[in-house]
Amino acid sequence: MNTLALKRSGGAWLSQRPSGPVVLAGLTLALLLSLLWASGQGAFGLPLSELPAVLAAALWPTGERSAAELVFFNIRLPRLVLAVAAGAGLGLAGALMQGLFRNPLADPGLIGVSSGAALAAAFAIVLGSLWWPEVPLALGTWPLMLMAFLGGVVVTALIYALALSEGGTRVGIMLLAGIAINALAGAGIGLLSYLATDEQLRNLQFWMLGSLGGARWEAVWVVALIALLSALLALRLARPLNALALGEAQATMLGVPVERLKLLCVLLTALVVGAITATTGIIGFIGLVAPHIVRLLAGPDHRWVLPGSALLGATLVLLADAWARTVIAPAELPLGIITALVGVPFFLLLLRSAHARTL
Amino acid sequence: MKRMASARPLARQRRDWLKASAGAAALAGLGWPLGAQANLGPRPARLITVGGSLTEAVFALGAQAHLVGTDTTSLYPAAAQETPKVGYMRQLSAEGLLALRPDVVLALAGSGPPLVLTQLRAARVQVELVERRHEWEDVRRTVQAAGRATGREAAALELQRQLDQRWATVRARIQAHTGARPRVLFIMAHGGSPLVAGRQTAAHAMLTLAGADNVISGFNGFRPLTAESMAAAAPDAIVTTTQSLQTIGGESAFWQRPELSLTPAWRRRHSGAALLHQDALALLGFGPRLPQVLEQLHQGLLRV
Repeated sequence: MNTLALKRSGGAWLSQRPSGPVVLAGLTLALLLSLLWASGQGAFGLPLSELPAVLAAALWPTGERSAAELVFFNIRLPRLVLAVAAGAGLGLAGALMQGLFRNPLADPGLIGVSSGAALAAAFAIVLGSLWWPEVPLALGTWPLMLMAFLGGVVVTALIYALALSEGGTRVGIMLLAGIAINALAGAGIGLLSYLATDEQLRNLQFWMLGSLGGARWEAVWVVALIALLSALLALRLARPLNALALGEAQATMLGVPVERLKLLCVLLTALVVGAITATTGIIGFIGLVAPHIVRLLAGPDHRWVLPGSALLGATLVLLADAWARTVIAPAELPLGIITALVGVPFFLLLLRSAHARTL
Repeated sequence: MKRMASARPLARQRRDWLKASAGAAALAGLGWPLGAQANLGPRPARLITVGGSLTEAVFALGAQAHLVGTDTTSLYPAAAQETPKVGYMRQLSAEGLLALRPDVVLALAGSGPPLVLTQLRAARVQVELVERRHEWEDVRRTVQAAGRATGREAAALELQRQLDQRWATVRARIQAHTGARPRVLFIMAHGGSPLVAGRQTAAHAMLTLAGADNVISGFNGFRPLTAESMAAAAPDAIVTTTQSLQTIGGESAFWQRPELSLTPAWRRRHSGAALLHQDALALLGFGPRLPQVLEQLHQGLLRV
């Protein structure tokens, strides 16, 4: 569809929206292209054109591994895989949350995963040295990852429990409890950063800004596996979520087990975002924007929104991270800064133009 | 592939060589000891320093031709700012560092993240960490590590001997001083609200070494302090960094800060001896400039 056709169709644009499968195919292509492009990006001069030689050398080793090979397989490739897994997980979780809350403002942070993980990470960074003085607690170390994951899951469970009542979970209460607990976690992080030493404060700060610098294969596999399994499970929630969009009562009448659906959405989000945040720190905004863009492209049907958000989230994180690690090379910008700095204005622009078109 | 990879660093190396020798010539005028400049082998080890005091030590040895990158805390001498910057010491990027093709990364303990150091070692880069405990030994460790990393052990020993001597003189002078120990507050304001130094900080160590008492002993690290507790601490003088003074907007703006107005130092603000400032890296870095800066600090405090 070219711009001329768009203009001519005017208000009828909505009905001429590309079909779901077309959007998914387009997003898949975009992901593959960004993956290819991002593999050639990095501070170490290793452009795309040299990659076939590096791959060949890895498949048919001829003695000692070259520096290029080490850089690509130990540093760049795990980062690319982590970017795809984290972006897909965050996009998917965002789509699940927006579907569950039937609110376009919802993002995975709302049910406390990110703030819980951040609070636990702050706790580990600041007070951990009292119990494990020898363990380094910075982004990408195991004790910190474990603490952050547990923190995210526990706080989510707390918010879920607060929303439980005799008639089932009340989504409105969950939303309010989420906001309240997030504020509480924020206060806890504030208190811990006041107690922190300079070094701890820096570690905490970098953790909160998010980075894929902690990508190493052992951690990347765990995140990728969790993201993949969640994606497979989440795709089965597309039709129930479509029914839920009509309202809880209608969904129940359509035979959707609403309570189980809510629990599954919260559980999947907690697991996947917990695992991602534990590995990368807080990467904001992807979970909010990816589902939005997909809905603008393909409409509100969750059969397209869920996989589309995963694909787009992966693409966005790949591109943002490629930029993060090259823009001030040999140093590196925290990823969370970029996702917000570039993403938010783009998102606002998109909202404005989409709004103008649908009027 | 292999051939291409080895050809590129060579070209780059030559470029760095030219740059470095130009820098060295400029520095010679500044009085840096450049004794061993001619002895560089055909391929000097490529060195990245992470930590301002380590960079200073490399320059003090005249070995800056080895430097292919430094971190953002390496601000002195000015030529150190011309090297590629690898970012803040706690947030290094593995690929960024490797892109500079280093043989050795010389870093202060606490640099990281730890995973990046592991990745560097996996890529056959020698990573050497230097402990910092805010004591004279720090300077010796720093100079020795810089000497080892650049293959200038002899020059490092000589530099260390000179520094030891100077240190002994300064310390003897401070210890010979029998007057009352001035009560001093250390303030740092590198952006954000001013913080005061408690125990277990480089600032605390410096005040103690200079023969003063830190008026803050109730907590560790840097904290903001209220006007009332500032008044209760009652410092005779205030020490800060030149950079803090610039951030606050100069000496007169400094004394206009409300939390200072109830201190004895404030009442003596026009005496010229109530506020001392020194370059942050020299004062808190525990690098080769330590004897010199400690002497200046002590001289300043004598007038209190």
